[in-house]
Amino acid sequence: MSSDTRPATPMSRQIAEHRSLLDRALGLPKFILVVLSVALIGFVICQILIGYLVVSGQLDGKWYDVRDFGNAMVSLTDAINRSQMDSRIVSTLTYLIPALLGATGIVSVVGGWLLIGPWAERRLLAKFQIRQGPNRTGPFGLLQSLADALKLMQKEIIIPRGADRFLYFVPPIAVFIPAILGWAPIPWSPKMSYADLDVGVLFVIAISSLGVLAVFMAGWASNNHYSLLGAMRTIAMMISYEIPISVSLLAVVLLTGSTKLSEIVMWQSEQGVWLIMLIPFAALAFLFASTAEINRTPNDIGEAESEIVAGFYTEYSGMKAGLFMAVELGNAILVGALMSTFFLGGYTFFGLETWIPGYLILATKIGLVYFLFVWIRATLPRFRLDQLMGFAWKFLIPVSIVLMFLTAIESSILVRWDVPSFLSLGLIALVNITAAVGLTFVWMRVLFRDNDLSAPPTPILTRKMGGLQAAKVLRG
Amino acid sequence: MDSPGIVIAFYMMAGLVLGSGTLVFLARNLLHALAFLVISFLSMAGLFLTLSADFIAMAQILIYAGSISVLMVFAVMLTPLASRDNGNTIYVLPGLLAAGGIATFVGFLALDTSWSGPATDFTTTIDLIGNLLLGKYVLAFEIASVLLLFALVGAIMLVQTSSSDHEEGEGG
Amino acid sequence: MTEIYELIFEIGLMHYLIVSGSVFGLGTAIALGKRSAIAVLMGIELMLNGSILALLAFSRFPQNTSGDAGLVDGHVFVVFILSVAAAEAAVALALSVLVYRKRETVDLDRINLMRW
Repeated sequence: MSSDTRPATPMSRQIAEHRSLLDRALGLPKFILVVLSVALIGFVICQILIGYLVVSGQLDGKWYDVRDFGNAMVSLTDAINRSQMDSRIVSTLTYLIPALLGATGIVSVVGGWLLIGPWAERRLLAKFQIRQGPNRTGPFGLLQSLADALKLMQKEIIIPRGADRFLYFVPPIAVFIPAILGWAPIPWSPKMSYADLDVGVLFVIAISSLGVLAVFMAGWASNNHYSLLGAMRTIAMMISYEIPISVSLLAVVLLTGSTKLSEIVMWQSEQGVWLIMLIPFAALAFLFASTAEINRTPNDIGEAESEIVAGFYTEYSGMKAGLFMAVELGNAILVGALMSTFFLGGYTFFGLETWIPGYLILATKIGLVYFLFVWIRATLPRFRLDQLMGFAWKFLIPVSIVLMFLTAIESSILVRWDVPSFLSLGLIALVNITAAVGLTFVWMRVLFRDNDLSAPPTPILTRKMGGLQAAKVLRG
Repeated sequence: MDSPGIVIAFYMMAGLVLGSGTLVFLARNLLHALAFLVISFLSMAGLFLTLSADFIAMAQILIYAGSISVLMVFAVMLTPLASRDNGNTIYVLPGLLAAGGIATFVGFLALDTSWSGPATDFTTTIDLIGNLLLGKYVLAFEIASVLLLFALVGAIMLVQTSSSDHEEGEGG
Repeated sequence: MTEIYELIFEIGLMHYLIVSGSVFGLGTAIALGKRSAIAVLMGIELMLNGSILALLAFSRFPQNTSGDAGLVDGHVFVVFILSVAAAEAAVALALSVLVYRKRETVDLDRINLMRW
């Protein structure tokens, strides 16, 4: 290679010398390649053996059936019930041990995500922006979240003068509670949900309305006008978007006939259809309104990087602010889990859940929804506050309610009609999609009939108008 | 209702309700009182759960702790020069006496009557509530929805100022 | 001795009624004794909560002397109480904001003249 065809800058050199993943994988030392291939062959053999066990039904319900950790829990409670202890101790233990183990599981899932989530988001954002994300701290930058946490923990905690003592220390904890509580009714497998409430849908809506108070307390107790303004903006946004969430979940409950989350997933599995195919507008409204509830782009006007400093958590330093940022991330995967459970079929995948454990399928769907969130954050600009509120009150709520009426009519027909499900569900999907698209177009025409978008106004230079004084006089 | 879980939960929740209720009375700041009120609402929801009233518990969290508390917060926001101290009027002593009298009366009534035990076939409530709301009590249901409409329109009309003629452009 | 044990460790209707009465009494004390209109509203909400608890307790421990009441009629009444409480809170707070605009105070000791 002569020196004048060699690329000049380090980055272009990096691009030119770039080797694909396959090249780099095959270039590893021979020993590692042999070990990896042996492991792969062993893994395939194990999968074939497990497949035989699954098909012959020998694995169902045993305590070592890893497809569903609920089996182990059921075996444990059976053992406790069979033991000869005092009945009160038995009843306490059968309640307490699954509760503690399940809580440990949920906290470890959320905590584990908080360890790799920031790294994943920043690397992904960087990929969208044609740069590398964190790659200095540890191999591939994997220790970045740990470094961030350590940095935040060793910061000095500065409490603003005049801050309300009681109301200042509560919000970082209070905002974490809905982010953890919301995981309770979500089913990870047929027998594996922490608290399969009979009113699971209502529980989800109630939990999402608890975050508002923590935001207000944070903004108020900071003794800072800008924090209060940011908190008010965030609260207005959150309470406005609770209604489209409730209406969308109402459409889900109408179609599936139950408020229990495991029955919603079962309905989707039995009918062989995902609810996003039947009520797409409700699903998209739920997704968009949830990004407003968790203060994420395109609705993060409260705390975006170029906005009102940091919004309601401006005056928080150290790990308190770290908790707020962590809760934003935890809420993002909670919304992913809810979206997957309600509209994407939960832990089922048209029959794949007898082979692959349900929780892995659910984790994949959560990852996909989270990827969608990061994609939207990387590509779309954010809404202004009045655009947000106008969108919620003038567009989302009326159209959601009308389409929910339509869904109610359809669900009552579905109950009474005795037609093969393919036909009826296909008809419902067709009617819903047409109605959603048509109603959206018509309503946007109605809302914006005064806007003349054909010729946007060109700005007039102040100099031409005669200067700022003349402009003031003209404006009167 | 004698399983240890329900007993512990009842005493915890009852203690929280009464404690935070007392603190609402004794707090020195209106917003602290509001925070304690929210705690009492959430503990009441816990009490409702011990009574197997799952729908009402979720509705309590949603409506009281989620909406009415935010309403009160906004009211406190919109009255900036009003006194934020949780002061007592001169009628506080008669009020306390009346309150003590009511509580004592109800307490004696509760302790002195022999009540029968819990219902044995109490299951999930949301189906039954729905059936009753649209069956036996449909008139009250419709009237309640009209009442909510009146309250909504009335509250908006009350606080509208007459001179709001600025035009806002649609940015969407 | 067993009676005291049963009294403490078996939750019956009596316990719920005592709590309900106490919460109602607390609400009355706050509603009658506080100076700010918003604090009075807080007391009223506590009173409503106390009555809700009594209704739900009686729904759970039916006394069944008159045979027509179903299992969850108390719950339905509570639904209506919740909606009426929300409506009343909204209107009361709107009114207090209006009064503040006129008088610059929500102190109930000062809002005692129909004019001025």
